[in-house]
Amino acid sequence: MDNPPPPRTRPRYSATFDPSTISEIQRAAATGIYDIRGGGSKRRVPHFDDLLFLGASMSRYPLEGYRERCDTNVVLGTRFAKKPIELKIPVTIAGMSFGALSGQAKEALGRGATLVGTSTTTGDGGMTEEERGHSQTLVYQYLPSRYGMNPADLRRADAIEIVVGQGAKPGGGGMLLGQKITQRVAAMRHLPPGIDQRSASRHPDWTGPDDLEIKIEELREITNWEKPIYVKVGASRPYYDVALAVKAGADVVVLDGMQGGTAATQDVFIENVGLPILAAIRPAVQALQDLGLHRQVQLIVSGGIRTGADVAKALALGADAVAIGTAALIALGDNDPALEAEYQKLGTTAGAYDDWHEGRDPAGITTQNPELSARLDPVLGGRRIANYLSVLTMEAQAIARACGKSHLHNLEPEDLVALTLEAAAMARIPLAGTDWYPGKAGF
Amino acid sequence: MTAIGETADLAEISLRELHTTLHALPRDTNRTAWHITNPRGRHSVAVGLDAPLSVVVEGHVGYYAGGMNSQAKITINGNAGPGVAENMMSGEVRVRGNASMAAGATAHGGLLVIEGNAGARCGISMKGVDIVVRGSVGHMSAFMAQEGNLVVCGDAGDALGDSLYEARLFVRGEVKSLGSDCEEKDMGEAERAILAGVLARAGITDLNLADFRLFGSARRLYHFHVDNANAY
Repeated sequence: MDNPPPPRTRPRYSATFDPSTISEIQRAAATGIYDIRGGGSKRRVPHFDDLLFLGASMSRYPLEGYRERCDTNVVLGTRFAKKPIELKIPVTIAGMSFGALSGQAKEALGRGATLVGTSTTTGDGGMTEEERGHSQTLVYQYLPSRYGMNPADLRRADAIEIVVGQGAKPGGGGMLLGQKITQRVAAMRHLPPGIDQRSASRHPDWTGPDDLEIKIEELREITNWEKPIYVKVGASRPYYDVALAVKAGADVVVLDGMQGGTAATQDVFIENVGLPILAAIRPAVQALQDLGLHRQVQLIVSGGIRTGADVAKALALGADAVAIGTAALIALGDNDPALEAEYQKLGTTAGAYDDWHEGRDPAGITTQNPELSARLDPVLGGRRIANYLSVLTMEAQAIARACGKSHLHNLEPEDLVALTLEAAAMARIPLAGTDWYPGKAGF
Repeated sequence: MTAIGETADLAEISLRELHTTLHALPRDTNRTAWHITNPRGRHSVAVGLDAPLSVVVEGHVGYYAGGMNSQAKITINGNAGPGVAENMMSGEVRVRGNASMAAGATAHGGLLVIEGNAGARCGISMKGVDIVVRGSVGHMSAFMAQEGNLVVCGDAGDALGDSLYEARLFVRGEVKSLGSDCEEKDMGEAERAILAGVLARAGITDLNLADFRLFGSARRLYHFHVDNANAY
């Protein structure tokens, strides 16, 4: 008779070769290509959660919630543009392309933004009637690929955003895989339907900040110096990049952190290139302050904005506005648990779906499949976006009033403390309960 | 010399004043003939035009001359800096001298003629324009070119047509090297007719079509495959 097996320890996974790492190695060996996906960073990085507001007590005097005004408007493009744009709230919709998103999704974003008085942004692929027709204030992206780029749309835009980089992939181009290249998308981009599309990582006709200055002048001349010119950079060397964008003549700088989304790129790129937005804001603001242009050249930050607290913290650190991308898609219905059965069929689950490049999005948002995209009601979607933007704004106002501020822009670093040493160092905010942060001299 | 209509002397008026006037012209304007003097290498000369104007620029221009042109016929009696006729939609831009890098970058339509040589990346990401270079083009010309025709009457530098999509490249002289996924194609009657038409529009009638070779995309990189990874 055999002896009973000896007692065993329970299976223990390696911290280095954890199940998802093992899965990726196996997938890579089977397919010979890196994992491509949409969405943003999934790893935990220092974020706004690591900051807290102090609120008013004896040394500060709060404002009455629901009774005393806390204004939220922001004017963008006050440096050179003849027609700066004024938004009612400091939360905008980030650039997302038609192609990556369905026409219905673009329309819904436009409807929602217009309801609350803010802007949407086009993306790689050009301007659609769905978005121009429903977005009262529309920012037209001028991208390296120049897909769909034309002067008539430049003139129909309310502002122009020159995209130099994106938070999910600073230094990287785009990859819109063939599954989503329908006849309409292909025609807008002058490419054959059904083929993988590479969006260039750099602009074809300028090679550095001195050239960018001339490019900005050209765009201003074409549009009669009316429209604000934004320059968007992925967060990597924010102090120098912001300073150079300002030197080139930007009216507005858009700074996108590594938690920002993407339609599709390499997972290894999303997770390993760029800075968390928390680490990027203060150097960017420092650059503007050193140039004497803080609040004259406006700063929009993006990358993982989720709540009104995130909005308030970004503004307190010195931003003039924030932009949301992934959160807007979630508000529209992306990763809705009601679609769980369909996500299961795609081999994933609600809350983790990120294969936006495959064009099979059950929510009808990141797809060009007409049957799927018809599922998204642009009117209802617009209402959801407006609701969400309103909540973000009201949450930020609630915090600002508690800090005694009559405008969201009156929030300041003094209102914040950090919970961790890392966050304290990155945001240059004192560690909670102290007046010290790493790098501060004298302690 | 082209008949002179109205003259804008950039030694006396600003570029802003020039563009304010030209952009305000209605599409059915009868003030169609313009003569721009003293450009002195200035950037962004005659950009964003959107009317059937005839514009002659007397002298050298800097970056982006004729940028995003629609409808207008712009002649530059001099050399052009980088990005001449970038993103042109229609009309014509003609450079009597040489052009620097990125000539005709991302242009969607119209005709760009460079009577001298063009620098690197001529026709980069072109999206439907016809470009004719009487002389030679530099390296990486037609990089990621999508649609349209690039006609080079002289030689082409390294990596011609790298990562090419559906643009056609006609070269009469030597090609130093081809870029990834670019290959020589047989030229049939249809392609010869296209070449003849583009040359005729450019006013070039003294060259033998049989001296040109045609290059296009091998389409091996239209979908990623691991076995082609070393082509990137």
